[in-house]
Amino acid sequence: MRRKLIVLAVMAAIAAASGFAADRQKLVWLQWTNEPQQKAIDAVVAAFQAKYPIDIEFEFKPGSSEGENLVKTRIAANDMPDLLTYNSGSLFQVLNLEKNFVDLSNEPFASKLLDSFKSVVSAGKGFYAIPYQPIPAGGILYNKKVYAELGLKVPKTWKEFTANCDKIKAAGKVAVIVSYKDDWTAQLLFLADYYNLQAAYPKFAQDYTANKAKFATTPAALRGFEKIQEMFTKGYINKDPMATTYDNAQAMLANGEGAHYPMATWVLASINQNFPDKMKDIGFFAQPGDSADKNGVTLWMPTNISIPKTSKKIDAAKKFLDFFVSAEGLAAYMSVGAPDGAFAIKNVKMPEGLFPATKDAITYINANKTAPALEFLSPVKGPNLPQICVEAGMGLKTPAECAAEYDRDVEKQAKQLMLPGW
Amino acid sequence: MPSLTSRLYSYKFFIPAAIVYVLFFLAPTFLSFFFSLTIWTLSDWKFTGLDNFKIFLTEPSLNIGLRNSLVYATATCALKVVIGFLLAAFLCTDLKTKGFLRSMIYFPNILSTIAVGIIFGSLMHPSHGLINTCLAAIGIKGPDWLGNPRMALFSVVLVDVWKGVGIAMTIFIAGIQAIPQHYYEALMIDGGTAFHKLRYITLPLSRSSMNSVIMLAFIGGIRSFDLIWVMTKGGPGFTSDLIASIIYKQLQGGFYGISTAGNVVLFVIVSIIAVPMYRFLTKVEVDL
Repeated sequence: MRRKLIVLAVMAAIAAASGFAADRQKLVWLQWTNEPQQKAIDAVVAAFQAKYPIDIEFEFKPGSSEGENLVKTRIAANDMPDLLTYNSGSLFQVLNLEKNFVDLSNEPFASKLLDSFKSVVSAGKGFYAIPYQPIPAGGILYNKKVYAELGLKVPKTWKEFTANCDKIKAAGKVAVIVSYKDDWTAQLLFLADYYNLQAAYPKFAQDYTANKAKFATTPAALRGFEKIQEMFTKGYINKDPMATTYDNAQAMLANGEGAHYPMATWVLASINQNFPDKMKDIGFFAQPGDSADKNGVTLWMPTNISIPKTSKKIDAAKKFLDFFVSAEGLAAYMSVGAPDGAFAIKNVKMPEGLFPATKDAITYINANKTAPALEFLSPVKGPNLPQICVEAGMGLKTPAECAAEYDRDVEKQAKQLMLPGW
Repeated sequence: MPSLTSRLYSYKFFIPAAIVYVLFFLAPTFLSFFFSLTIWTLSDWKFTGLDNFKIFLTEPSLNIGLRNSLVYATATCALKVVIGFLLAAFLCTDLKTKGFLRSMIYFPNILSTIAVGIIFGSLMHPSHGLINTCLAAIGIKGPDWLGNPRMALFSVVLVDVWKGVGIAMTIFIAGIQAIPQHYYEALMIDGGTAFHKLRYITLPLSRSSMNSVIMLAFIGGIRSFDLIWVMTKGGPGFTSDLIASIIYKQLQGGFYGISTAGNVVLFVIVSIIAVPMYRFLTKVEVDL
């Protein structure tokens, strides 16, 4: 029924567009392909087009580094669209924001956004983008049915977690699903361990950016690689890890073939696409650390929408951003289904029907037990991390060797950014 | 001594081609030498001397990459030469189906490398792949073709040979057909066998086509990138990285300067290997 309404809304918008074509402006939005939230985005766009005489047309770009190179090339060639979807944090900040993007700090909607979000899309005095999705939380997704069958409790410490894994393994199930064919997924146990690292070494990000702290020589930082390897040495992981994809892993988790999947909550939207009836079986908990009273989640910052300075329709584009974070825009966003996390926008009332895993993640946020992922605190992130995590996860190298290798890898990034102290 | 005008006149014909060549070949080449000495963000650059080369050459995976590239080039080249030659010799006999067989063997070559990579990627899946399912049916437990760090590179070599052997065979067929029949007749009069034909006439006299195959296959192998990228992305870890995939990763990481330096290094390596190899190979050629 809802889908029909959207279709009607889109058709109405198209009809309106063709009726007054001469008066309508057109914005081009460079969006990435395979966006799991695209349905929600389309709903916002349709509502916006119905309200304003402005049309939005999508251009699509690939995700990950191919998309990054495309954007960098288009910036260099002065060939940018009116709106751009991009990662927040260090990846966005290397795009030379002050020179290439429109400052939004004097816009009326600026005060609505969470400061923690603004800080990861800012440079100098300005900030340059609005949040595009709910806030993803990194940790461990688990199958509640498996937990109920085996009488397990959500673990608060790493010891409890491995004890659970032992029981699951003994019951003949896969304790931890890994999908190394899509090697970026191998990083999650490492990246989502940042809450624990920060708990043990609060100034790590600062010292790390200043080249004073290293992964290889900081025991709490080394834990990330050790945890990845432990999954392998203790035999918790599924067979054929190198041939298992992100999609395969989602199916294994949803069907209860595997009990845990270390991932961030952004995966929920795509699980929901393929297994909507299994969403009730999937829960979420923070990646456990060494002590039960220091247990919290690592948060990613949402992907963002920004306006390149070369756009000739900056005012229209600003109207769209304003609409996107307005109550109306959010209502349209949530009209296609419950969001998969909290918004980076102040005072948003969450609707009914959230996924159980989303509720679990929001509990940590409400209890203020969160830390941002390292890539939002430091611009230094090495490009080879996925492969290095696979090396740890397949037992090709020891965690110490992996950490040393990663330290060398980030050095390149720091030099490229010309950071002081490197 | 021709007058100045007539000399200039001939140069005028050369100008259009020269402009294209300078603009699209010479200028980028020299620019790449320059940018390999800088930190480059596409819109901005800073001169850093030989730092990029230092970083690239101390890249921990580069050792693996160099070794893998040499192994890959040698293995694909050797297999293509041996299999291509035997197929060509076989398909130059009076076989009824030889036209059909020749096109069958040449066929993989017209497929897109990416498609071949994706198809073999799923054929080589360790438990659901067709290859291991077939092996299991006759009681052999197939290996994890692309997931085992010791196997991955060689699995890709096999696919590369399957795809590329058709070209090698075609070049050999051309060479073998150019051998004059009277050599074979002389051998028959002397009472030589089919093996003697192959060993003492076909093999030495198709030397020049063999040289082309070796050069093409070897340089193609050293520069090879697409197949390995689709099938393993250099993994597991870095175990099947080639020089070209390492360079591409630098580009993906946004290190445009370092990746340009890597290309300069690759250029030097290819020249160092290719020039003496060409010299050596042409020396041992025999005239028909």
